[in-house]
Amino acid sequence: MTQAEFLKIVMPFKDKVFRLAKRLLVSQEEAEDATQEILLKLWNNKQKISEYKNVEAFSMTMTKNFCLDKLKSKHSQNLKIVHSNYQDNNVSLQKQVELNDSVDWVSKIMEELPEQQKIILQLRDIEQYDFDEIAKMLDMNHTAIRVALSRARKTLREKLTKTHSYGVK
Amino acid sequence: MVLNSIEKLIEKYDNGETTLKEEQQLKDYFSQETVPPHLEVYKSMFQYFLHTQEEQFTKDVPLKPRKTYTLYKWISVAAIAVLMFGIYTQVDVTPEQRTFASLTAEEKEAYVQTKELLGLLSSKLNQGTESIAMVSSNFDKGANNMSYLGDVSKTTSKILK
Repeated sequence: MTQAEFLKIVMPFKDKVFRLAKRLLVSQEEAEDATQEILLKLWNNKQKISEYKNVEAFSMTMTKNFCLDKLKSKHSQNLKIVHSNYQDNNVSLQKQVELNDSVDWVSKIMEELPEQQKIILQLRDIEQYDFDEIAKMLDMNHTAIRVALSRARKTLREKLTKTHSYGVK
Repeated sequence: MVLNSIEKLIEKYDNGETTLKEEQQLKDYFSQETVPPHLEVYKSMFQYFLHTQEEQFTKDVPLKPRKTYTLYKWISVAAIAVLMFGIYTQVDVTPEQRTFASLTAEEKEAYVQTKELLGLLSSKLNQGTESIAMVSSNFDKGANNMSYLGDVSKTTSKILK
């Protein structure tokens, strides 16, 4: 497989991999490194790519596992990933919507969610995968996904309402 | 869109029961400028989702190194092969045995000539040593005769006394 062919396969979902990695690892640099790692792993196993039924789903599962591993090793080292970058990427949006920083709050609140819910919310509401694909990626059944998704959405909404009414009530 | 149906959709959404299509409807609805105050929360949520969707991975992926790595591997293999071949040929050349039969005509001639020359040399040398032996035997004889001379001087001294 040539580099061009490989890129053709990988291009459509590399951003999704990156966003999932960023959701889990928070830091931009860490997420970039993780994405690079995932793509290199795919490249090194490029002979096997044709055997995979769904390269995208496979890559997303790989990303999820890779990031969770990374987080685990960070926790055991008692180091926290530095994240100072969620301000700048929302700048353009703030101009766009003029909703002061409530959008910022969404990402902050999403960070507080349990990892499982974080992943599901990311895959569903941001990447817009259908339940079948999510079930394949996470190796979960539909009901479990729906429950986790519903919980995540409700937590998000409740916490957002709280921050919205903060100072008003 | 009627507010009523949006609220219904939102309830479904909260329960995780909406389809992708319905979620897209919600997203479309909340991307408009004004929404009722009690749905303001959802607006920031959906805005955030839409915004993060656009984030892209811009870093380059270095796919080449592995290729050059294999190239280096093959170069090293080739280098070792050349080295082994060199050593093999170097070692092989030295102990070659040459027989008289394997020589060329010229070499044979030179060999024969040298052999003749050496034979001549040795025969002349033998002659030389023979004549030297003759000289030494004559010398011995002379020396014996000289010893007789001693006897002569003995008798003459006796006579002179």
